Amino acid sequence: MSAVIAEQVTGNTPDNTPGTTPGIREGAFGNARALICRECGHEVELGPHYACMECFGPLEIAYDFPVVTREEIEAGPRNIWRYKALLPVPTDIEQSPNMEPGFTRLLRARNLGRELGIETLWVKDDSTNPTNSFKDRVVACALSAATEFHSKVFACPSTGNLANAVAAAGARAGIKTVVFIPSNLEKPKQVNSAVFTESLVAVNGNYDDVNKLASEIAGEEDGWAFVNVNVRPYYAEGSKTLGYEIAEQLGWRLPDQIVIPVASGSQLTKVHKAFQELVKLGLVEDKPYKVFGAQAEGCSPVSTAYKAGTDAIRPVKPDTIAKSLAIGNPADGIYVLDICRETGGAVEDITDDEVRDGIVLLARTEGIFTETAGGTTVGVLKKLVESGQLDPTLETVVINTGHGLKTLDAVADSVGPAATIDPSYAAFVKTGLA
Amino acid sequence: MSVSVRVPTILRTYTGGESEVTAQGTTLAEVLDDLEASYSGIRARILDDNGALRRFVNVYVGNDDVRFLDDLATPTPDGTQVSVIPAVAGG
Ligand SMILES: Cc1ncc(COP(=O)(O)O)c(C=O)c1O
Ligand SMILES: [Zn+2]
Repeated sequence: MSAVIAEQVTGNTPDNTPGTTPGIREGAFGNARALICRECGHEVELGPHYACMECFGPLEIAYDFPVVTREEIEAGPRNIWRYKALLPVPTDIEQSPNMEPGFTRLLRARNLGRELGIETLWVKDDSTNPTNSFKDRVVACALSAATEFHSKVFACPSTGNLANAVAAAGARAGIKTVVFIPSNLEKPKQVNSAVFTESLVAVNGNYDDVNKLASEIAGEEDGWAFVNVNVRPYYAEGSKTLGYEIAEQLGWRLPDQIVIPVASGSQLTKVHKAFQELVKLGLVEDKPYKVFGAQAEGCSPVSTAYKAGTDAIRPVKPDTIAKSLAIGNPADGIYVLDICRETGGAVEDITDDEVRDGIVLLARTEGIFTETAGGTTVGVLKKLVESGQLDPTLETVVINTGHGLKTLDAVADSVGPAATIDPSYAAFVKTGLA
Repeated sequence: MSVSVRVPTILRTYTGGESEVTAQGTTLAEVLDDLEASYSGIRARILDDNGALRRFVNVYVGNDDVRFLDDLATPTPDGTQVSVIPAVAGG
C-alpha cells in the first residue's frame, strides 16, 4: 500500500499526461496525472471512471506533485482550496461557485480529555462546514470534476449528509441535482436535502440498495456525475483535506493517534493518504501514528473482520441509530483493515446506547453537539482507552464529522428538562438545582 | 433457465456494447459459464484465479447481493435478473 502511495507522489508516465481526454481543458485536474487501480496498478486516463477494467479494483488519483511549500499553503484561502496543489482540481478553482468548505476548527478538548483520562486530546470539528458535515469537502472536489466533465446532472446515493452537501453545492453551482436516500432516513436529513433540490428520491431499501440503484443509473444515463460512483476517485480526494488541516493546525506535525468513523471507509483511508503525502512532500516530519476506526455494533462489518483477524469483510444488513454510518457493504473496508493493522491501531464498535452516551458526553464536556457518527467516534474513543487499545499518554485527535441537529431524535428521549415547575421561587428551590 | 444479466460499463467491451444480455443456467456459476461461452473472457473479469467472486465486484440475483445468498451456488430461476456491479461507497 505504501508503495502505491510512493508511486503516486513521485511517479511519472510521460505518455499519460493530464488533459489528454477530448473536451477536457488543460490543467483541469491540477497535478493529477492519471487514474490508477489501487489493486493491480493498471492506469487509465483521467475521466469519469471508477473501477478498473482488469480487476474491478477501485481507481484513485495518481499525481505528479511539484514542490509544495508550507508558505504557499499558508498563503492560500482559509478553506480546502489552500491545498489545491494536492487535489485533482484546477489552479483557478476559486473562480467557480462552490461552498468553500474546510479549515474547520481543531479544538483542544481538555474537559473530554480529563473525563477519559487522555492527556492531550483534540477534536477536529467538521460539523461547522456549510451543510454541517465533512461531506462538503468531498462534494467540492466532486463538483469540480463534474464541471470539468461538463456533466449535466450532479447526483449521489447517500446516507443523508452526502445528499445534503450535493443538493446545496449543486444549487450554488447552478447544476441540476438528483439525490437518492433510503426512505427511512432521519427527517432533518431529508428536509436538509429537499430544501436545496426538487429532486430528492427516497428509495424503499437500505443504503446498499440505494447504492446499487445509483450504480445502475450511472451505467445507463450519459452526463450524470454520481459523486461517489463514477466521479468517486475525485470525490474521495476531498477527505485528504481533513488530514492536511489537522497536521497544519498542529503546527505542521502529525498526531500520535487518530480516531475516525467508518461507513464506506473512504474518509479513513484518505486521512491516512494525506498524512503519507505530507511526509513524502517533506511538509511534516515522518513519525509513527496509529489510526483507529469507529463503527456502531448494528453495522460493524469492518470491526467484526478486524476482531476476527481476517481480510474478508462479510456484508451485513444494518440496524443502528447511526444511520450515516450504516453501510453494510463497505467498499474501502479492506483498506481500513490494512491501515489500522499496519499503523498499530484498531477498529472498534459500540452499542446504540453507547452512541447516545457519546453524543451527550461530547456535548457536556466540550459544548459540541455531534450527530450519531460523532457519538460513535467518541464512544469508541472511550472504549479504546478503557480496553487499553489506545494509549492515553499520546497526543490524540478525534474527528467529529457531522452536526447533532440532524439527528435530534437519537437523544431526544435521553435529555430534557430536569424539572417542570410553576414560575415561583419556592418551586425552583424544591428542584434542588439552586 | 433463461436469465437476464445486467452488464456494467467496464464489461461492455465483451458484450459488444450491450448493457443487458440473456444467459442460461440454474445457478449463478452456470450462468457465468454460459456467459463465458457467448462472450469469451468475461468470466475471468468477474471471478479471480481461484474461481471466487473478485473482491470488488458485487453480483445480485434479483435484489439480493449473492453474498447474502449462496454465492456462486445461488439459484437463478427462470426470468431472474442478475446484475454485476462494481463496489462503490462513500455515502
Ligand atoms: C457524518 C458522517 N461521518 C462519517 C461518515 C463515514 O464516511 P466514509 O463513508 O467515508 O467512511 C459519513 C458517511 O456518510 C457521515 O455522514
Ligand atoms: Zn485493477
